[in-house]
Amino acid sequence: MSRPEDSLPPDLFYNDVESRKYTTSSRIRNIQADMTHRALELLDLQEPSFILDVGCGSGLSGEILSSVEEEDGGPHMWVGMDISSSMLAQALERDVEGDMLLADIGQGVAFRPGTFDAAISISAIQWLCNAETSDVSPEGRLKRFFDSLYASLKRGGKAVCQFYPKNAQQRSMITNAAIKAGFGAGILEDDPETKSVKVYLVLSVGGGDVTGAVSGMQDVDVYDTRRKERKRGKEFEKKGSKAWIMRKKGQMEAKGKVVKPSSKYTGRKRKTAF
Amino acid sequence: MKLLTLNFLTCARKACKTSAASFPLHPREAELEQVELDMNPQFIRNVLPRVEWEAMRSISQELGLPSLPDTAPGPEELADAEGGPTQILKDLHTLLMETTIASGKLLCANCGHEYAIKEGIANFLLPSHLV
Repeated sequence: MSRPEDSLPPDLFYNDVESRKYTTSSRIRNIQADMTHRALELLDLQEPSFILDVGCGSGLSGEILSSVEEEDGGPHMWVGMDISSSMLAQALERDVEGDMLLADIGQGVAFRPGTFDAAISISAIQWLCNAETSDVSPEGRLKRFFDSLYASLKRGGKAVCQFYPKNAQQRSMITNAAIKAGFGAGILEDDPETKSVKVYLVLSVGGGDVTGAVSGMQDVDVYDTRRKERKRGKEFEKKGSKAWIMRKKGQMEAKGKVVKPSSKYTGRKRKTAF
Repeated sequence: MKLLTLNFLTCARKACKTSAASFPLHPREAELEQVELDMNPQFIRNVLPRVEWEAMRSISQELGLPSLPDTAPGPEELADAEGGPTQILKDLHTLLMETTIASGKLLCANCGHEYAIKEGIANFLLPSHLV
């Protein structure tokens, strides 16, 4: 299937016709609802919270946020942002509870610092990878978005962004932009290596291991690819030490150079000749 | 747009980020509307410490709403002896959640940019030379 991101900018692509199609299609509604429930599960909110819905569209995800039962920590209050006025018109028709703004997320999130408990975004942030005019770049838009999102969340807040990356490069571009903004970031993949793979970017503000978001969930494997801290002190390989010499010899051998065979004397200190 | 949301919105322009005058945005020619909403006492309790009370007071004054007390009500004033909602909580609910701006403009005191509100939705799209 072709990607809508490749055809037109979001404010033009989601015109009245497309917005209505999107909102009334039961297939899309089901997928959106599943993803919103999954995102809520990842956010793990205990009490009624103030949530930012990035790219809220016609309020399909917002509706679910308002309808969370009291025993599950709801109902939540949300503010949505979207660039397509037709989508927002659909939301008005459907009479959703949250507030909405017509705004471009690539221009940043205009809320004061520490506003929201959490943020959610369903199938939206891949649009940031497109630059429609020559005076903006995808990197700049991503930076502006994640920097302002980071500021607008309260400390200890979390954000879950489900998105459709076009390729591995786009995926790492988005993730790196989030990490640069200061988020603790992790990616959760549902149904990996299938056609219906769903990618969730889980972000946390200030402290806390982001892998904690999936603790207690079933069938989730954690692969930690964070760089390990360099060993310091004794364990760190000193230049000129036996371990260093052995490594260098190995390197040279791998290059195809002639290397003297190693023995028990290799790297041993010589006696001081009187 | 709810007054609660207005209490968190700042000017979207980058140049206004550092200026104190970019918050709060001042409503102009605003048409108010009351939208009935179920009361959510726990949410109000959670969000109240984050509400800038000074801004809330000045905005409600500009909108011609009844004047608010000097300081924000504390958490103990929101629930009565039996844990039920007090009148203060009900008033807060009416003010923050049910009072909405249906149409009008929001003015940034720093740069003078006006954001239009139509059908309760504010337009925060900036032309590229203003970003």
